[in-house]
Amino acid sequence: MLKLTGVTKDFKGFRISDISFTVEKGDYFILLGPSGAGKSILLETIAGLLSPDSGTLELNGKDITNLPIQQRKVGLVFQDHAIFPHMKVKKNLAFALHGRPSGFIRERIAAMCKRLGIEDLPERYPSTLSGGELQRVALARTLIQEPEILLLDEPLSSMDTRLKSGVRALLRQIHREGQTIIHVTHDYEEALSLGTRIAVMDHGRVLQTGTPDEVFHYPRNGFVAHFIGLKNFFPVTIRMSNAIPVAVTDAGLRIQVQQGQENAKGFVMIRGEDIVLSNAALDSSATNVFSGRIREVTVTPMGYDICIDAAETIHALVTRSSLEKMNLREGVNIWMNIKATAVKFIEE
Amino acid sequence: MKKQGLQWAFSILGGLLLLFVLGPVLGLMFSSSPMKLFETAKDPEVKNSIMLTLGTSMAGTLLFALAAIPFSWILARYQFPLKKLVTAVIDLPVVIPHSAAGIAILGFISRDTWLGKAGSLAGFNFIGHPAGIMLAMAFVSLPYLINAARDGFLSVPERLEKAALTLGASPARVFFTVSLPLAWKNILSGLILMFARGMSEFGAVVIIAYHPMITPVLIYERFTSFGLKYAQPVSVIFILVVLVFFLILRLLLSNTKKS
Repeated sequence: MLKLTGVTKDFKGFRISDISFTVEKGDYFILLGPSGAGKSILLETIAGLLSPDSGTLELNGKDITNLPIQQRKVGLVFQDHAIFPHMKVKKNLAFALHGRPSGFIRERIAAMCKRLGIEDLPERYPSTLSGGELQRVALARTLIQEPEILLLDEPLSSMDTRLKSGVRALLRQIHREGQTIIHVTHDYEEALSLGTRIAVMDHGRVLQTGTPDEVFHYPRNGFVAHFIGLKNFFPVTIRMSNAIPVAVTDAGLRIQVQQGQENAKGFVMIRGEDIVLSNAALDSSATNVFSGRIREVTVTPMGYDICIDAAETIHALVTRSSLEKMNLREGVNIWMNIKATAVKFIEE
Repeated sequence: MKKQGLQWAFSILGGLLLLFVLGPVLGLMFSSSPMKLFETAKDPEVKNSIMLTLGTSMAGTLLFALAAIPFSWILARYQFPLKKLVTAVIDLPVVIPHSAAGIAILGFISRDTWLGKAGSLAGFNFIGHPAGIMLAMAFVSLPYLINAARDGFLSVPERLEKAALTLGASPARVFFTVSLPLAWKNILSGLILMFARGMSEFGAVVIIAYHPMITPVLIYERFTSFGLKYAQPVSVIFILVVLVFFLILRLLLSNTKKS
């Protein structure tokens, strides 16, 4: 178990402040945030390459804040792998086993190569390896020292889609085998597909920590919501209107919600696919009906994202057939119909 | 068309420059008969001076490398107050006139200084001694090693050193197994540069030690005492010796670029 308490560090113009969270044994912990959020500094601080200006780090109940890197039992895999170019793969793998009997080293290398499927690489020089092979060698070289915690700095960022899924599967396998992992990324899909817990960071601070479910269904603020790809997420205040709670956004959009107290502050969240578009006002059960003008139509893997200017900018998700049927394109005026049950109010 | 004319003009200027460098050297090479060169090469005075020159320069290079290489790593890796000043101090010997450098060193190692006293205790006087020659050579040639080694360490990604640390290596082991091997080609070319520069030093050395005679001093002596004809064959032989090391350096550098 790794516990960070109030970790603060200023380093070369980057700053992380008051970082506190706990990583339990067996967690696949994702640090999610945009570049410049301070994720890499945090990772290097956990690894011991940087020492915090204040705050403490505890590993299994032992204070490791000032423990030298070599004694931390924390392994770090760098984004560009950092394989030693002047050593064969074999020597790279043996690096962490310095001083052990040669028979032991040979066995460990053989076992690790088998585990990561790189049995044919030990005699090769790094310059002859592909990106995917380098990644595996870097993982093997770090795992061979049996770290309590494996730290991964953007392990999938420089890979094409096909290679990515292979490495994801490998990381999942390593995690299933009991390895505690902290993985830094700016990609929320990666976070969703791998993480058991997620911490969202921005500007050197942790904004929210929780399971993927908690973070994706109850984002705690606009930054988190937008960063994880939620588009219709507005800060609101509840006003009661004829005993029915209505969420009012800063720009004055009034959205009827299912529950809420007068003056309660929070956020409303509407999924793009829950917004029904129509060319004319519908006489439907939908309680929230707004009109707006289409600003932009974008292709997405799931269909088409229709960006509409109303009191707020709202994104609706439609299929190709609806797009054609309703002739949705830039500049067209459109009606949006949203059921109260499709609007989620998250109280602050 | 205009551009081509300009290219021609510049190329001709370049050709003149090449001729300016190659002309005197080639002229010198063919100034003495092979017979004369062979005789000079056998002359014990010449042989001894070449051995002395190679020996003192080599010793100075290796001795000072022990401090210069680790220091270059510090210069490459760390920021510290007055770093620019320190870097400037290192380059100082390049701009100081070498005879003036000799005078400065002389004041530093003469018998009444602590270094001179240390020499006396060890039973010798730096002035007129190979140890003094070595110091004079090292003084003027040290910047070449430090600058080359620093560039070498700068070319080693810091991440590799960090990775080695996270793999449990001590800082000393990181230096010897990662930083040093990866910067080695630059360091080696720095060593050869320092060695070659030390060998060819005349101004600083002649002030510290006229005797024993290193080859550049011998060439000067033969010229002033006997004239051009006597200085030429020694010069040719010494240039050939230096050329060998120059060739090794060039080969090394071209290999570095390829890999």
